[in-house]
Amino acid sequence: MSSDAKAVNTATAESADSTGMSFLETNRRKIFATYLPLGGFLFVLLFPFYWMGITAFKPNNELLSREGNPFWVNSPTLAHVKKLLFDTAYPEWMWNTVLVSVTSTFFSLAASVFAAYAIERLRFSGAKQVGLAIFLAYLVPPSILFIPLASVVFQLGLFDTRLALILTYPTFLIPFCTWLLMGYFRSIPFELEECALIDGASRWQILTKIVLPLAVPGLISAGIFAFTLSWNEFIYALTFVSSSELKTLPVGVVTELVEGDVYHWGSLMAGALFGSLPVAFIYSFFVEYYVSGMTGSVKE
Amino acid sequence: MFDKLQNSRNALGLIFMMPAAILLVLFLTYPLGLGVWLGFTDAKVGRAGEWVGFENYVFLATDSVTQLALFNTLFYTTIASVLKFFLGLWLALLLNRNLRLKSFFRAVILLPYIVPTALSAIAFWWLFDAQFSVISWVLVKMGIIDTYIDFLGSPWNARFSVIAANVWRGVPFVAITLLAGLQTISPSYYEASAIDGATPWQQFRYVTLPLLTPIIAVVMTFSVLFTFTDFQLIYVITRGGPLNATHLMATLSFQRAISGGALGEGAAISIAMVPFLLAAIMFSYFGLQRRVWQQGGGDK
Repeated sequence: MSSDAKAVNTATAESADSTGMSFLETNRRKIFATYLPLGGFLFVLLFPFYWMGITAFKPNNELLSREGNPFWVNSPTLAHVKKLLFDTAYPEWMWNTVLVSVTSTFFSLAASVFAAYAIERLRFSGAKQVGLAIFLAYLVPPSILFIPLASVVFQLGLFDTRLALILTYPTFLIPFCTWLLMGYFRSIPFELEECALIDGASRWQILTKIVLPLAVPGLISAGIFAFTLSWNEFIYALTFVSSSELKTLPVGVVTELVEGDVYHWGSLMAGALFGSLPVAFIYSFFVEYYVSGMTGSVKE
Repeated sequence: MFDKLQNSRNALGLIFMMPAAILLVLFLTYPLGLGVWLGFTDAKVGRAGEWVGFENYVFLATDSVTQLALFNTLFYTTIASVLKFFLGLWLALLLNRNLRLKSFFRAVILLPYIVPTALSAIAFWWLFDAQFSVISWVLVKMGIIDTYIDFLGSPWNARFSVIAANVWRGVPFVAITLLAGLQTISPSYYEASAIDGATPWQQFRYVTLPLLTPIIAVVMTFSVLFTFTDFQLIYVITRGGPLNATHLMATLSFQRAISGGALGEGAAISIAMVPFLLAAIMFSYFGLQRRVWQQGGGDK
């Protein structure tokens, strides 16, 4: 027993960071205290997605019936998807969302790189206060800003255009990206820049040839996060755009697929499913970057 | 001239800050000021308002719908934040154990947070349907209830239903950020306390919790901020109904300003949320900020 326990001990000590003292737990206890509650969490967190998926392919007579097993589809149908693609402006909403998210993310990222570098590395006078102001800007919620912003958009003649969204999304993207990138730039040693300065590099060369290549993970984190934020944005898109063909996907699905009291649950769920898939797909490739972006954003 | 510019931190800093600063001043700072101004005017859509002093606020203070919305917002924020905190902490502690497929669990659990809220809200709308809700179906089959639950039809049912949807969406964020905090706690603390005879509860109470407090403060500030200003969930699931029972400040300001056209009154409702937000930020900042001993200094 002793040699076994020793082997276990050294094994856990080697991977000590994550395992800690969990070797003291018995298997049975582990199942009841860990896997069972975790399974419960997973079920509740994922069930709405399963429900979305299954509803999207259920024929109406199965949807609107209390008989039979609601958890399975007996005769799957593509009618809802077909209605969505050919009888509504869904493809256009998708295209609008892609266009608005990609451009606003790109511009915000570019502006944030310069701002973060200036605040963190150029240290101009007042850089600290500007950094704090950026953080405070991050805390301003869109739902207290949309009314006056609507009137600004109107005054600028941008009401009911995609440009209105491309220009207003950076109000929450830039503070977030700048804050995140400031953290990444802070982790790059000063010495690298000093060496380059001695070798006669300009600030521009330092930024493009030394700092940016080293900050690529940070750029990906900020970019992915900004993209999902703008893809998911709702209140600005709802307020600043009114023509059907210019709406973004979440707004289009919510406002256009409901006709009076008739709820086309199948198409609604299909719309929700296909609107969620692109972000979920991108997210699945960049989970680590996404998580580090999210946890980085709440660290001081 | 150009060389000189290159070497001046302030000039270069100013140029680098330009794109971000222009966008933020035009679309964030200016609208924020404009919002405060609009709150003191009787502006309508398409008509510049005139200064009316505190008239909007006096009216809102006596308006029963606004009072109800304030109550709803406080109730919604309190219950949802408390639930998100406890469930999120629990989930984080579960994920922090030595698990198989840990990174898979972590990735999957974040899904509710990354898909567009408006779209997952539609799934909840369907799950809460009065006639065909699958939750009711299961409860009836199990013999717990006789008639289908009218989730969104009566005030208290509706309130708890939207809170459930909000908690569903918010738990992953709290869990994953707290997990990041848990992973920074060195396992040697647990080993040392175990040798001293600490029970698991004592370890949690005297090791985990104190070391986690700073990150809890930040996470919960964000969580409270986003819950208090929530808009999408309510707008999609209930539009504030039934009988205004789920109207939050944000949805009410949208209804009054954009649907109803009373920009001034809507802006006043938005601005009225600011003191509450500041109070939440101040509370977590001063109440839970990093203590000296947590940074390795002496206890005061």
